[in-house]
Amino acid sequence: MELLGLYNYWVVVVLMMIGFYIVIAQGNLIKKLVGLNIFQTSVFVFFISLAYLEGGTAPIALEGVSEYSNPLPHVLILTAIVVGVALTAMGLALVVRIQETYGTIEEDEIHQQEDLH
Amino acid sequence: MLEHLPALQVAITLTAAPVVMMFGRATRLAWAVTTLACWASFAVALTLFATVADGSVISYEMGGWAPPWGIEYSIDAANAWVLVIIGLISAVVMPFARQSVEQEISESRTALFYSAFLLANAGLIGITVTADAFNIFVFFEISALASYALIAMGRDRRAILSSFQYLIMGTVGTTFLLIGIGFLYIMTGTLNLGDLSARLPEVSDTRTIRAAFGFIAVGISLKLALFPLHLWLPNAYTYAPSMVTVFLSATATKVAIYVLLRFVYTVFGFEFSFVELAMAWLLMPLAILGIFIPSLVAVFQTNVKRMLAYSSVAQVGYMILGISFASMLGLTASVLHLFNHAITKAALFMAVGCLVYRLGGVSLTQLAGAGQRMPWTMGAFVVAGLSLIGIPLTAGFVTKWHLLQAALVGGLWPIAVFLLGTSLLAAMYIWKVVEVAYFQEPENPDTTVAEAPLGMLIPTLILTASTVVFGVFGNFTVASAGTAAAALMGGAP
Repeated sequence: MELLGLYNYWVVVVLMMIGFYIVIAQGNLIKKLVGLNIFQTSVFVFFISLAYLEGGTAPIALEGVSEYSNPLPHVLILTAIVVGVALTAMGLALVVRIQETYGTIEEDEIHQQEDLH
Repeated sequence: MLEHLPALQVAITLTAAPVVMMFGRATRLAWAVTTLACWASFAVALTLFATVADGSVISYEMGGWAPPWGIEYSIDAANAWVLVIIGLISAVVMPFARQSVEQEISESRTALFYSAFLLANAGLIGITVTADAFNIFVFFEISALASYALIAMGRDRRAILSSFQYLIMGTVGTTFLLIGIGFLYIMTGTLNLGDLSARLPEVSDTRTIRAAFGFIAVGISLKLALFPLHLWLPNAYTYAPSMVTVFLSATATKVAIYVLLRFVYTVFGFEFSFVELAMAWLLMPLAILGIFIPSLVAVFQTNVKRMLAYSSVAQVGYMILGISFASMLGLTASVLHLFNHAITKAALFMAVGCLVYRLGGVSLTQLAGAGQRMPWTMGAFVVAGLSLIGIPLTAGFVTKWHLLQAALVGGLWPIAVFLLGTSLLAAMYIWKVVEVAYFQEPENPDTTVAEAPLGMLIPTLILTASTVVFGVFGNFTVASAGTAAAALMGGAP
């Protein structure tokens, strides 16, 4: 039963591994950024999951309610989402300039033109 | 006024950034305001440093919200020390930057460039002053995003690729940090570093906390370029504009090392990190490999900027080695090296910046004859190079000496021998540059090449002189590093 109860966390782990794998294995720079986004999103889901309390409601003071979900992780993740958007924008801007400079966004084709090491 | 200094420390450069951005083509004005902001920031850092030099702690409640609900800024001897490093380097690099940036960055982008520089600066300061784990993550990203933009503005087209590579690795690093912080928050319900260190011992014997430690250590190690997670660093430093390389090499990795120290010593505590998890056995081999291999690679580089970038990876290794001794002496040596390496490497990269300004590039073949034609610049390079090697009467020697002592007191004499050996490697790569610059005739003598302009030369010479000053009068820095190390060991920030 505990296995199913931790459903959210299993999803987090799977997403995290998928995202991280894409970042490492993909040669296409856009796909790398997509992977990075999946990786980050899994962490967001993780934070939101840990704030959840069974039977808790939204953290608004109401009569007769004593259990609330923890709002702090929600706030943290709002900030982290903004950071993630900025990162994606920055990454895409760089990819645009890489495309303009090299005419490709495939890592191996770039390395044929340029030895970075 | 005075009690708001911790907030001001971040606010000065953070608010100057959007102001500078609006100057557009008024590049002189943008430069002047950036310089003023950096000097003001340095003055604040010095004031804070003087206030906490006796070992006291300043706690500042951001927005008047008491911790742990609000974000706390906390200054002790350890982070004031890092603030002084950031302040000093940015204050000295700004006068240097004007001519260097005029040449390397197009006029339409100069104001944006200075704006990004101020953001990177504010981010690094923010990481240092804050006592909130999540705030550390946010400031890491602020400084990182600005650094990616700064690096991408390099003239070489490979700068964009290096920046992208750094973006991917840097983001993975900070996301790991975020995962670790999440684990800590589940177990303790707090993000305040002081509270964390108080509550962690109760729950430390759990898999969650050990996983948190792993994620945080790996995440920060990516940011501080611990071998073998250093792959982003050589490219980023090589292709970034001269002034950016000076600033980042002297501050970015140092701040990341400070965060590692803060987590390992203060938050998790010495007992947990070194006794329970035996972190020393992980760090020491990595440090040794991280000193030896990049030093060896540096010897074979033909681009001086890249050579010094690899040397930076090796120098990070020295700092990690000091930590891995798991002793007060070792920690003091590491904290001391943060400062000594910052001034040494900044002076070296500034000399390289002067060479780039006059010669257009710094591959070894271009340097032939530079010793005769740019005597002051090459003189600065040699003196700072001696400090990098660790010759007596230079700042580099003071740290090597303390590392050596820490190794011997810890009974690790093979490491002491190893330290002397790797200094020879540093001597080899510095000598390669000296040999070409002083003893080789240029192939087609270009008589127009002259000494670098005074605006760039004077800051270079100031930092070079400081490597000697802090080498001869090392007592002051050693004492300050000792206080900083004690503050790190002593528990809550």
